Amino acid sequence: MKKFLVFIQKEFYHIVRDTWTMIILLVLPILMTLLFGFGISTEIKNAKFAVYDPSHDLATQKIIDKIKTSDYFTLETYIDDPADIETIFQEGKIALVIVFSEQFYENMLHTGDAQILLIADGTDPNTASTLTSYASRLVASYQQDQMGATGMPPYQIHTEVKLLYNPTLKGSYNTVPGVMGMILMLICAMMTSVSIAREKELGSMEVILVSPMPPLLIILSKVIPYFAISIVNFTTVLLLSVYALEIPIVGSLFLLYGLALLFIFVSLALGLLISSLVDKQIVALLISVMGLLLPTVLLSGLMFPIENMPLLLQGIAQIVPAKWFIVAVKNVMIKGLGITSIMKELVVLGAMAVVLITLSLKKFKIRLD
Amino acid sequence: MKVIETDKLTKKFGSFTAVDSISMEVEKGEIFGFLGANGAGKTTAMRMLCGLSTPTSGKGTVAGFDINKNPEDIKKNIGYMSQKFALYEDLKVWENLRLFGGIYGVPQKEIEPRIDKLLTTLGFMDEKNTMVKALPLGWKQKLSFSASIFHEPKIVFLDEPTGGVDPATRRQFWELIYDASDRGITVFVTTHYMDEAEYCDRVSIMVDGKIEALDSPKNLKSTFNVESMDEVFFQLARGAKNE
Amino acid sequence: MSSISVNNIKRNYGKVEALKGVSFEVEKGEIFGIIGPDGAGKTTLFRILTTLLLADSGEAKVDGNDVIKEYKDIRKKVGYMPGRFSLYQDLSVEENLKVFATIFNTTIEENYHLIEDIYKQIEPFKKRRAGALSGGMKQKLALSCALIHEPTVLFLDEPTTGVDPVSRKELWIMLKKLKKEGITILVSTPYMDEASLCDRIALIQDGEFMKIDTPENIVNAFDSELWSVKSSNMSGLLKDLRANNKIITSFAFGDTHHVTVKGLSVEELKSYLVGKGHTSIEINSIKASIEDCFLELSKSS
Repeated sequence: MKKFLVFIQKEFYHIVRDTWTMIILLVLPILMTLLFGFGISTEIKNAKFAVYDPSHDLATQKIIDKIKTSDYFTLETYIDDPADIETIFQEGKIALVIVFSEQFYENMLHTGDAQILLIADGTDPNTASTLTSYASRLVASYQQDQMGATGMPPYQIHTEVKLLYNPTLKGSYNTVPGVMGMILMLICAMMTSVSIAREKELGSMEVILVSPMPPLLIILSKVIPYFAISIVNFTTVLLLSVYALEIPIVGSLFLLYGLALLFIFVSLALGLLISSLVDKQIVALLISVMGLLLPTVLLSGLMFPIENMPLLLQGIAQIVPAKWFIVAVKNVMIKGLGITSIMKELVVLGAMAVVLITLSLKKFKIRLD
Repeated sequence: MKVIETDKLTKKFGSFTAVDSISMEVEKGEIFGFLGANGAGKTTAMRMLCGLSTPTSGKGTVAGFDINKNPEDIKKNIGYMSQKFALYEDLKVWENLRLFGGIYGVPQKEIEPRIDKLLTTLGFMDEKNTMVKALPLGWKQKLSFSASIFHEPKIVFLDEPTGGVDPATRRQFWELIYDASDRGITVFVTTHYMDEAEYCDRVSIMVDGKIEALDSPKNLKSTFNVESMDEVFFQLARGAKNE
Repeated sequence: MSSISVNNIKRNYGKVEALKGVSFEVEKGEIFGIIGPDGAGKTTLFRILTTLLLADSGEAKVDGNDVIKEYKDIRKKVGYMPGRFSLYQDLSVEENLKVFATIFNTTIEENYHLIEDIYKQIEPFKKRRAGALSGGMKQKLALSCALIHEPTVLFLDEPTTGVDPVSRKELWIMLKKLKKEGITILVSTPYMDEASLCDRIALIQDGEFMKIDTPENIVNAFDSELWSVKSSNMSGLLKDLRANNKIITSFAFGDTHHVTVKGLSVEELKSYLVGKGHTSIEINSIKASIEDCFLELSKSS
């Protein structure tokens, strides 16, 4: 046992004494959480829009007011001629044009044929769809106000369903679970595989192998420090998201940690597996980044919705552990659902953990070749 | 003619004096052995002479250029071969030579014929298209020496060129050094093989950053009244502090 | 019982035959040197004996244990120092030693007597990171780490490569002391002049042992007439010696050239060289060194 402790201590020395390792382990997760939480999000703020309003009546005025007073949009200009719409987009000054039909208020009250056309720049489909959906929601909410005021039965309330768990439309609700997946993958898989590969490159692995130290202990002592740091990092991200990004943890904290532990096991096992296959730090790093980190970012649903991917990529996404982790975190942390709602994710992650740990223990070499 | 002249050349790293006021002169065509224990300051001194590191104080000229003022001109007029890196393993023999010729500004037209001439002299013509990594170690060393003098520099610096090479190849290597020296190229070489020190015209022995002895091997042996350079070295280096 | 016994070990890397079937025995308490250039197969042999690599064929036993079946027993009692410095550069001298003592289930105090002589020299720097040590000190630390568990067999793969002559000499003095403690030492080196410090040596080239014997016997077995030749123009001298067909081999050996001759007297050679314009000619009959033997053997193999 003492053997084991001295070895873990040694591993901590390696970590603490290397400035870059420390930065990656402790500063990077904070930076990533804040960056993704505040900056790189699908959230829209003060997007400039223009209006073509031939009706110019009470209803269009109210709708425009509603849109321009929201956080998301700022009214840039009115257009007098529909022909200017294209020019104004080409100038690149505005992101959205709202076109009202003629005699809007009249039609709204009587014929039910009041039309609004939302035009956005389709070259950035993500932003465009976000903008149009925000705007149409704002229009719908005006309609609701009207129904309430006139005493007519509300009939379009169901449009709000998608916003139920994110009433303020915050993008960080989406990204925080993804960032957690990314950070844990980075620290567990990448750092573990690189640190083992470093011992091989340095030659110290050679000396340790020619010793009575059981291979299992060698592995465990390499893994435990990163395991501990991962827990610390997970806690940091949680604290940041609650206090800096103002995302409350709705569900069970206990369940959330359990989920994180499971995901950490999977990531560590992946790191071990990589390290048993390669002898060089740079190769371990490249495989971790290309094979683990990129899929985590691109295929886990963090950046792009999985439903919109080609079938092949959707298939690949199923084997990305972070995909399952992110779904489960969203369910527990943001929606506040219980363990029954994430059974499927738990089973998949659990199976992955068992398979990967078995495989990496089997693959760990007691010799050099 | 002197191709290397230094006057109280000194390099300090913080409070540590790696090279302590060394002064020496090396003649054209001379084979100069630069000896010293690990950590005695050889590498640092060699870096200054190659224009890779600026002296803290003192001055010197290499190939006629000032170490402090014109390090770039020095680099054009010297060749360098280290034990660690010599040739690109994933390039063919002739590609490596073309590359070194190009780096040192050998005229494009001359490169091709020079490669052929060199390979013929070395008896390597059959290996012209071989990847360097497929060559035996001894051949690599000979080839990388040839590459380092491909542009006919005034001086070539060799940093432990023969480490681990088999005895026969080591001798062939020294014969190449003799040839270069006969052609007027000054050879500045560090080695841990004391018997190799005997091949040199003159040797200097560095201890704790200072040159403690500088003379021909023969004179050094008679001064210290010993049989071999090994013993000369041992007597001088034993008292070293900067281990 | 032999401390190390190797029987026809072969090992290939792809098409390259790193070891072409070597066999030898090392007695307990013997210093056995494997001498040969880089790429001759020394490291492969060491790795097979330290259970790090599997041989393609052949058997080997270390301290009575089979290197394949009983690798765990071997790992408990041998000390191994690989060719390149393989300790933790970011740990201090003391921390490195502690780590290695611990993995071998021992403490620094328990076996201090074994490493005392070596460790005393680096103890003043025990708080220094290993990466900041000089080559000679790194070597001493690595040796201390390899000895900390009182191994019965010590494997030193090129412990003196890249180390200056003073540190090399010190290392050999230490090895002699360890031998007195009854530790068997298998050491490899590319430096021929270190051969005489071993009890017995094997000369290895291209994966084959060219000869196994005591250094004296190997030197005495050199059967050609060997001369050292000197003149004022050493570079020209070598060319002229090669041009003489009664001279079989001629190699540069520091300040002289060594030649083996057939049917040529000293006087004849002298007049031949005078005819070539050489001055201050010195020719002496000499006793062969290990390096002469190596050159002779590698020529015939």
